Amino acid sequence: MTAKDKPVRMEERLYQNRYMVDEGRPHVRIHHQAEDSPQLKTLTRICPAGCYALDENGRVQVAADGCMECGTCRIVCQATGEIEWSYPRGGYGILFKFG
Amino acid sequence: MSEHFDAIVVGAGPSGNAAAYTMAKAGLSVLQIDRGEYPGSKNVQGAILYADALERIIPDFREDAPLERHVVEQRIWMLDDRAHTGTHYRSDDFNEARPNRYTILRAQFDKWFSKKVREAGALVITETTVTGLVRNEAGAVIGVQTDREGGPVFARVVVLAEGVNGLVAQRAGLRPELKPNHVALAVKETHFLSEEKVQERFNLAGEDDGVVIEVLGTVTSGMVGTGFLYTNKESISIGVGCLVSDYAETGMAPYELLDRFKRHPSVAPLLRGSEMKEYVAHLIPEGGYNAIPKLTGDGWLIVGDAGQFVNAVHREGSNLAMTTGRMAAEAIIALRKADLPVSEANLKIYRDALAESFVMQDMKKYRHLPATLEKNRDALFGAYPRALSSALQTLFRVDGTAKRDKEKQMLGIVKKSRGSWWAVATDMFKVARAWR
Repeated sequence: MTAKDKPVRMEERLYQNRYMVDEGRPHVRIHHQAEDSPQLKTLTRICPAGCYALDENGRVQVAADGCMECGTCRIVCQATGEIEWSYPRGGYGILFKFG
Repeated sequence: MSEHFDAIVVGAGPSGNAAAYTMAKAGLSVLQIDRGEYPGSKNVQGAILYADALERIIPDFREDAPLERHVVEQRIWMLDDRAHTGTHYRSDDFNEARPNRYTILRAQFDKWFSKKVREAGALVITETTVTGLVRNEAGAVIGVQTDREGGPVFARVVVLAEGVNGLVAQRAGLRPELKPNHVALAVKETHFLSEEKVQERFNLAGEDDGVVIEVLGTVTSGMVGTGFLYTNKESISIGVGCLVSDYAETGMAPYELLDRFKRHPSVAPLLRGSEMKEYVAHLIPEGGYNAIPKLTGDGWLIVGDAGQFVNAVHREGSNLAMTTGRMAAEAIIALRKADLPVSEANLKIYRDALAESFVMQDMKKYRHLPATLEKNRDALFGAYPRALSSALQTLFRVDGTAKRDKEKQMLGIVKKSRGSWWAVATDMFKVARAWR
């Protein structure tokens, strides 16, 4: 995997999108358990907005600013209880231009 | 906002707009709530609009709806890594006064639809997220909570048109969480090109003519799913969708799949020189009939994607959404006129209307297909597409081999792809039975 250039490419991809970020009120949170589940880890690969990444301790972290609100992470991790996912507050989050 | 409405509609996509419009038009007091900046700003689709479903709601929609192109040609491509095998169906009959299918851009189309809803007399509130349902002592739904100040809002019925994720219904315990193999994750990019280039590259005579390409085969890297490429006025929508369960299992990145699709030798020339202006991701309910949740209860009902109303085989969803929205509205209107409560028992008229329509009949027809595709994933989304390409290349390459030998080679390729003729026959039988 090319961990180094992946975030850059994702930024380019998301650069065209419009967002109204709800500062300090992320609509996706991780409830970390003793160890990250395989489901949570796979989000670092399959999240279409690249919101999930490993931190320096090898734990999965989420930065939901680029989230397109698809819901994949919530569904993949439903059995582990690690993802808390809500719709953003009204008016916030992704704002599709073309949809 | 302590007003009491005849109906509250949660969400302003095709199903919610169809429901709100139909009810408002009939004189009911309707409140529609959407969490987007404007209706459409949270909504994603490929997108094809099926005129029939909308015509039954707004007969003259063609006069001012933002339509991109009407579809004159349908292509179905089977891809392997270097080739595509295709069927194209184009007919001048599709150049008619009232075309049957259009490409649209949902954010713009939904905004238009919402304007019609408002003109019909509904109160539409945006930038507001519904956070929960309000129930009475008997457990019937009587209103909604929102993230706006001012407390709950009440109505005789709540129409849940909240889309695939369906969190409001889920958190109220009306339906379970989605299963990973009942939803596809689709990613899509919108690539802009000049109008002339779109017409040239797709061999289109009229400035409103359009082509849609549905794509099967190795485009999904062996996962259950499809790709698509639609021509808009001056852009191309290109995307790929696969089951969330397959993504979770393979750990494949959806955008890498899309990039590979864009680089495919049959696709790259169509996109050359285009400018990508949006990248989106969205879930598509693909569990079919067996994944449909409970649709009605005392004071509530479910329409559209929230009810899993998608015919994945025929790439139909927005028409099922509009039709279920309209039928829900008609049921509510009938109960209002008869001054009957919107109870689960009385909503039988909605359930019956669905059962009698193409909506449930089509959902039922393909009820075994999702499981069949999943179980035979490797053959259908890998082995056969490769075998087909290889067999056809053998046929078309002129290299001094006698035709009888070519035919033997071709049959050998198909047989080898699955190990035996028995396996091939079994595959065919399974798919035919699920299709029936």
